[in-house]
Amino acid sequence: MQLRSWTPSRRETMGLGLAAMLAATLAPRLVMATEEAVAAELKKLYGDTPMAPGKIKLDLPEIAENGLVVPLNVDVESPMTDGDYVKAVHVFADGNPLPQVVTYKFTPQSGKAAASVRMRLAQTQNVVAVAEMSNGTLYTAKAQVKVTIGGCGG
Amino acid sequence: MAIKSKPRIKVPSEAKAGEIIEIKTLISHEMESGQRKDSSGKPIPRAIINKFTARFNGKTFFEADWFTAVSANPYQAFFYKASESGEFTFTWKDDDGSEQTASAKLTVA
Repeated sequence: MQLRSWTPSRRETMGLGLAAMLAATLAPRLVMATEEAVAAELKKLYGDTPMAPGKIKLDLPEIAENGLVVPLNVDVESPMTDGDYVKAVHVFADGNPLPQVVTYKFTPQSGKAAASVRMRLAQTQNVVAVAEMSNGTLYTAKAQVKVTIGGCGG
Repeated sequence: MAIKSKPRIKVPSEAKAGEIIEIKTLISHEMESGQRKDSSGKPIPRAIINKFTARFNGKTFFEADWFTAVSANPYQAFFYKASESGEFTFTWKDDDGSEQTASAKLTVA
């Protein structure tokens, strides 16, 4: 067996270029809200404050058979004391007509920075959660949900 | 659609001091997203419950801002750290300004 690195032929290079062009022109039409829309919402809320991954447990089905009712459970790791608690959690869906899903405001009396709701997802997309701690630090988590029937009345 | 049905809540009636209890709520509402069209093709205006507030003895401990992506007949579950006996008040605020409330008593042993 021969071992050598793969160099694409001219035909292969053209094929790759075409595929990339197709992907670039089709992709923006397939999504409704976009990752940029989510980023814009976050910028409105927190400006350029950096976000670290972690602390948030996003409990979502991998595959949602009905996009009209998708269970969403968020749980943020925190001692929930007066000096160290989760102030707010924002949830966004980057493939819905409008990116916002829910915003929670917690207090130390919440005991646990966790909450469950049911949401609509128009199509297969990413669900993004951002948690704001009492000291101002931000954490983020992301999970993809595959939707077989969309939840947008159409 | 304005809020018309009685909300349902599930709260334990007793808890130990320091215990974290789960509260579950459910209310009937279409949560019209504003994205749909009627049979003649006119868009159906948005009409949702946009805010849920949970208070204990008048003090807010949990709030949820709901957007159009929240499913019809919204369900919300959350937690509370029991410290003293008193009363929970839950409020659902509709886009049209109307409000619905529910309450439940908690005894801390």
